[in-house]
Amino acid sequence: MKRIGVTLFAVALGLAGAVAVRADRPVPVQQAVIDGPAMPRTLSELGFFTGSPDRPADSLIAYELGNPLFSDYAEKHRYIHLPQGVAIKVGADGRIAFPVGAALIKSFGYRDGSGRLDTLETRVFLHRADGWLALPYVWNEARTDAVLKVAGARMPVSFADPSGERLDISYAVPNKNQCKQCHSRDGELSPIGPVWQEMSFPRAADRKRLMDDAWFAKDGLFAQARWDDPAKPLAERAGAYLKANCAHCHSRTGAASNSGLFYDEPVGPHPASGYLKRPVAAGRGSGSFEFIIEPGHPERSILLYRMHSLDPGVAMPEIGRATVHKEGMDLLTRWIAEMD
Amino acid sequence: MPRMNLLCAIALAAMAAPLAAEVHEVASGDGAQERLQEALILAQPGDEIVLGKGRFAMTDGLSLDVDGVTVRGAGMDETVLDFTGQQGAGEGLLVTSDNVTLRDFAVENPKGDGIKSKGADNIVYSRIRVTWTNGPSPNNGAYGIYPVESTGVLVTGSKVSGASDAGIYVGQSRDITVRNSIVEANVAGIEIENSRDALVENNIATRNTGGLLVFDLPNLPVMGGGNVILRRNLVIDNDTPNFAPPGNIVASVRRGTGILVMANDGVLIEDNILDNNPTAHVMVIAYTQPFDDERYNPYARNVMVGDNVFGRGGDDPQIDGKEMLLAAFGGALPPVMWDGVVEDGNGLMLAHGVQGWTLNLSRPGQSLVEAQPGPIDLVETEGWAFPEVGAPDDLESRIQ
Repeated sequence: MKRIGVTLFAVALGLAGAVAVRADRPVPVQQAVIDGPAMPRTLSELGFFTGSPDRPADSLIAYELGNPLFSDYAEKHRYIHLPQGVAIKVGADGRIAFPVGAALIKSFGYRDGSGRLDTLETRVFLHRADGWLALPYVWNEARTDAVLKVAGARMPVSFADPSGERLDISYAVPNKNQCKQCHSRDGELSPIGPVWQEMSFPRAADRKRLMDDAWFAKDGLFAQARWDDPAKPLAERAGAYLKANCAHCHSRTGAASNSGLFYDEPVGPHPASGYLKRPVAAGRGSGSFEFIIEPGHPERSILLYRMHSLDPGVAMPEIGRATVHKEGMDLLTRWIAEMD
Repeated sequence: MPRMNLLCAIALAAMAAPLAAEVHEVASGDGAQERLQEALILAQPGDEIVLGKGRFAMTDGLSLDVDGVTVRGAGMDETVLDFTGQQGAGEGLLVTSDNVTLRDFAVENPKGDGIKSKGADNIVYSRIRVTWTNGPSPNNGAYGIYPVESTGVLVTGSKVSGASDAGIYVGQSRDITVRNSIVEANVAGIEIENSRDALVENNIATRNTGGLLVFDLPNLPVMGGGNVILRRNLVIDNDTPNFAPPGNIVASVRRGTGILVMANDGVLIEDNILDNNPTAHVMVIAYTQPFDDERYNPYARNVMVGDNVFGRGGDDPQIDGKEMLLAAFGGALPPVMWDGVVEDGNGLMLAHGVQGWTLNLSRPGQSLVEAQPGPIDLVETEGWAFPEVGAPDDLESRIQ
């Protein structure tokens, strides 16, 4: 029912656009601009959207993730652009290898009191012949086009979190380097989210389109537990949450490779998961506690201290968080409390 | 012969680079955050970013990810990047590219670390100042100058004070030189951790909790620290009470430690001047805490204390049983303190005339309650050979 409502709304908007603003006619995705070499100054040059963040090109493949990264409660919309005649490869771990010419697009926004989504920024990830290029775009006041902000941006944002509490934050759009901080594997840019078994597709035809031509390293990829699925064991949910929120840096090839704390590996009672591991370079981030995870003691575990903090220099993740993810912290607190 | 060719190629590349390079000037004032960050992102390899005089009010951490860029200010007191109002990021400036030169500017009051360079090979820090202006405080960031996971590191003519961990910290790296720098009022002055082939020379370490630290810690991707030379440093008056947030390894450093070696293989300490370090001028110990890492060696091995000038010290040690120890040793402890823990006959070596005392412990992590303090009784080491260590020469030539 809800779905029909959304569709009707979109159709109505589309009609209104066609009548009132000729410039809003759909244009195809601009493959030549994706392929480079320039950094497009405006998002419209890429043709991913038609005059509004609410009108993605029909050829884009929308997808969702079971365990998304927490981004200050922002609502995120994710799309894949796959050029004609090429296909993805799905690795043994489900990680998708995209062909050159592909692009990933992710929009961030908040809903206002009436439930209307207001999109603030869109980040694109272009796969060029010389590697991936990450570019952040901030939508203009009228939300008709977005402008490249290589140095990032800050903007005041006010919204209600799921518990109904109103939050006023300084929302940060990452700069181009910060994109790479999270998206770095062995010093090269790389996608994070698209892992086959974690993805779902609102349009069934999209899944089929991706799958029909795809090459799979192996059959039988199993999704992790969803972090918010109460039917699943706490440890699995916590592991999935830590992987989604920490593993992009906390891996042996990521930005936190020097930490010795790794969440892209099975989470368990060993130092690499934080279990009775002492801090290395935490400084005041230790909060005066001795261990990253002290079993049975969430209140003395550095992991939770840092994920609860909003103080730069203490807060984890280091970028992209200006609020506390209460629901995520509840999960990790229960998990550590029950550990022995 | 192939080596000559390679050197020629490097020389040519070095000469060619400045011709193509561009200079981008960034002034302080409105919008400095965005203008400077944009310059750092849009720079091409070989370019130089010149910071004007004055205070740059920063609102977020900065980052540089382009190889071969020089960031140059008008002097460590003239160009100040002020992070007092920083809202995000774990450090003031993050460098993740190779062959970068940072020179002649200051970073003040970053919320986390000062300048971190990670996986940034052949980096030069020259005449950089990092200061927490409120003095020693556990609320200050951890490290002032923080190269990690890098090969080729030169820190020279720099100055750090107020770090709640180490002023200059080099971790999980190799081919390192730290020289001609001043570290004052930090918990640790200079720390070389899980690193190899490091030269620490001609520095002044004063008013820290501990002056110069050489550590190897477990559960890190890079371990096996060693081949470290500490020479011709002035290590004096390191008497600031430890202000590190508990939980960090340096929180265990005792006030008044001149040089501390913990779990390393091959450390040479010679020609330093050490004065008024009230716990110990030199302390050599095994890693003290329990650990779960079979790749890790907790012993201090092949540590050589050569000729140094030892002034007053060991006269107010932060050690249990202090009065008894002072009475037993005649009012001041000998300059070298050792835990006595030896892996395989390869622990501590002393040059002629170097006096020390030992806890006479036998295994890493053994309780101090079981210590049996007494004078060190070792055969003097006469001559010792040590490999040449330090940053590649061309790093130094970059700032001539």
